Amino acid sequence: MTVGIASYGSYVPYRRLKRAAIAEVLGIPAGKGERAVASFDEDSVSMAVEAARDALRAAPGTTVRTLLFATTTPPYAEKLNAALVGAAAQLPLEIRAADLTGSPRVGLTALLQAADAVGANGGSALVAIADCRLAAPEGKAEQAGGDAGVAFVVGEDPIAEIVASASVTREFLDTWRAPGERFAHTWEERFALTQAYGPLLGAAVKRVLEQAQCAPSSLARIVLDAPNPRAADELARGAKIAPEQLADPLALTVGQTGAAHAPLVLASVLAAAKPGDLILVASAGDGADALLLKVTARAASYTQPRSVGRLIESKGDVAYARYLKWREILPTEPPRRPDPDRPAAPPMLRSETWKFGFVGSRCTACGTPQLPPQRICIRCGTRDRMTPHPFADLPAKVATFTLDRLAYSLNPPTVNVVVDFAGGGRFLGEMTDCAPEKVQIGDEVEMTFRRMHSAGGVHNYFWKCRPRR
Amino acid sequence: MASNGIRDRVAIVGMGCTQFGEHWDKGPDDLLIDAAYQAYESAGVAPNDVDAYWLGTMGQLSGLTLSVPLKIDYKPVTHVENFCATGSEALRQACYAVASGAYDLAMAIGVEKLKDSGYSGLVVSSPANDGTLGNMSAPASFSLLAPAYFKKYGLDPAKGKEVLARIAWKNHRNGAKNPRAQFRKEVPMEAILNSPKVADPLGVMDCSGVADGSAAAIVCRAEDAQKYTRHPIFIKALSFVAGPGEGPLAQDYDFTTFREVVASAKDAYTQAGVSDPRKEISMAEVHDCFTPTELVLYEDLGFSPRGTAWQDVMSGFFDLDGGLPVNPDGGLKSFGHPIGASGLRMMYEMWLQLRGEAGPRQIERPTLGLTHNLGGAPGRCVSFVSIVGR
Repeated sequence: MTVGIASYGSYVPYRRLKRAAIAEVLGIPAGKGERAVASFDEDSVSMAVEAARDALRAAPGTTVRTLLFATTTPPYAEKLNAALVGAAAQLPLEIRAADLTGSPRVGLTALLQAADAVGANGGSALVAIADCRLAAPEGKAEQAGGDAGVAFVVGEDPIAEIVASASVTREFLDTWRAPGERFAHTWEERFALTQAYGPLLGAAVKRVLEQAQCAPSSLARIVLDAPNPRAADELARGAKIAPEQLADPLALTVGQTGAAHAPLVLASVLAAAKPGDLILVASAGDGADALLLKVTARAASYTQPRSVGRLIESKGDVAYARYLKWREILPTEPPRRPDPDRPAAPPMLRSETWKFGFVGSRCTACGTPQLPPQRICIRCGTRDRMTPHPFADLPAKVATFTLDRLAYSLNPPTVNVVVDFAGGGRFLGEMTDCAPEKVQIGDEVEMTFRRMHSAGGVHNYFWKCRPRR
Repeated sequence: MASNGIRDRVAIVGMGCTQFGEHWDKGPDDLLIDAAYQAYESAGVAPNDVDAYWLGTMGQLSGLTLSVPLKIDYKPVTHVENFCATGSEALRQACYAVASGAYDLAMAIGVEKLKDSGYSGLVVSSPANDGTLGNMSAPASFSLLAPAYFKKYGLDPAKGKEVLARIAWKNHRNGAKNPRAQFRKEVPMEAILNSPKVADPLGVMDCSGVADGSAAAIVCRAEDAQKYTRHPIFIKALSFVAGPGEGPLAQDYDFTTFREVVASAKDAYTQAGVSDPRKEISMAEVHDCFTPTELVLYEDLGFSPRGTAWQDVMSGFFDLDGGLPVNPDGGLKSFGHPIGASGLRMMYEMWLQLRGEAGPRQIERPTLGLTHNLGGAPGRCVSFVSIVGR
């Protein structure tokens, strides 16, 4: 049985923070380029949803039986984050789902676990990986890090077949963060580089190449990822890998995205891959995982809705001070409005498909789509003749709008819009990832899953719209 | 089935209205007592002469909010609320109760203490919900009207903004003549146009103020009115509708109208026998919570043909000396909007104007006055329209 990547999706958030902008405020040396920053209304779950929805769009008719969510920054420490991803992606009830966390290499681990699950249980597995790298100001990680999501449907008719894999695991103190701590600590660099990442990454790569009886020179593309990027460089030199074989690590455009990083670079590599290409992906962190993929003939006819490249190009800057406010690193005066309430469990359960899946209803008597789902039709008044009608993927246009400077928000002004969906249905809600002063009646928008606010330890997820990316 | 109305069957025979503003030294109890006793005195009655009470205020749980401070002597007190039309709803209930014959004399009274919360405007906590209801301030809800109206009728944004400012300018000009208003200064157009943005394109000066206040009316059957006053005013129509909330739901709603207002106005005009409001209505108090609201109301209430209200604004048709003065007392703009009190405050202006007691704001020989109140948001609201006359 051939198991591999059947489809993939990626997500790079819209906002970019220029490294020079950080350095200027703090009076420290600036790194080159910029890093991707999750917006004030995003986190690892919402970014994973974006990528997962894209991956599922590219694999219509997939029967998902396993869902794995991998991150080092889960919004909930206790409560299944994967369940949120599943609800937003409208996956069926009958799935096995798990969160994988603890190490930045967990993204690649999740991909391997998914392959095992498909081998054992059949069907497909959805792997959604995202990280929102939070780092203390002035530290290296703040500039080097990045936020992103990526997802794979792992199944039996792949575009990239898994040829071999290898893993090593070793207890090792390099990067750590206790529960409740916001920022990670790291040990001295040379120690990790020489004693851990170099040797462990090397061991995993060596084993996977031996298994496949494959020489480094036969690899079309190589993705090497370690918390310290020098480990990858040194390994590449040692293993006689030509520089042109190495994939662009996206350091200048996205940043090092933790659990999402190796898989995200893999997604960017897949976009340009040709049938027959061999791709090696390896990721380190308390050990290392390595994976060898062979691009199949099906890849020739595969098209990806939104490539990593397109998402990198689609961007808007954020000022460093505003970023600090978004991450609640810089305390600011709250607006003179009551704090938002936390949503309540029973209404959330009752409206699950609406709240998480953005599924409205359509009247079977007169055909009018409407949202939120109604029992009595707004057009013809017929009772209880509704059928579920998903809106999350439908294009929409702005009917009217305002910029609310009074509403509670970490990113004022709140852009409130009325949007009309193609084919019927209207939504009054927020627009995000936009330049507020440029919003116009008639603008084309698409829906995006976001964290509206958090209160009482509850993250309130729902949908907003954004200009089409 | 029909909305039959109670034309000329009920009279208002006494009214009271506190000054609206920052009453840091008064609680809601004090404001209720002040408005109620003004109304008793105005009708020449003692507290025990009133048979039943309707109290309009937001977020309270019972009639005890009124009966305890007023020491009402074991009489029925009904607490009502209906968003920003709460005071109007209290009046409607009191009028219908008297018209039914159930009571001889009833009081409608409204109060709100907004300044004590520390927040701007009314703060209502929502019941347990799924977190999908949205996060939108009141000015933002109503400012959705502005770009939609400008686009539909071809006003460029700068011109549209000027039209809105002209409405605020007019209301402040009227309010400057009113000792009960919170703001009693005329405001130059430039100050309105350049006021800090609240919900684009609306600035602070496009919004009604935040105030504390209370107002009350005493009503009886029309045939008994002369017992209490030589100059009663008579209810010609009371109409209240709640909409199905199609604005945020259906694409054919275009955010340039309040369908609820159109429906309640039509009903009220039928009840009162008014066929051409632009000519027959002498003056109106309308719900100018935000400037685009008032603009759209001119058309919904039939004062201006569709798409032309902005021209009537610019020509001064709605000014105190214009063809149909709107918000002669200064409106919510000058008074602020203590929710439960506003509808009755509007009626208080009709009471003064129809009795010739409005002083420097007095309109020449008014015959019919209209009050309008709405609550909610464009496309999802409740609307009240009354018509009163001599």
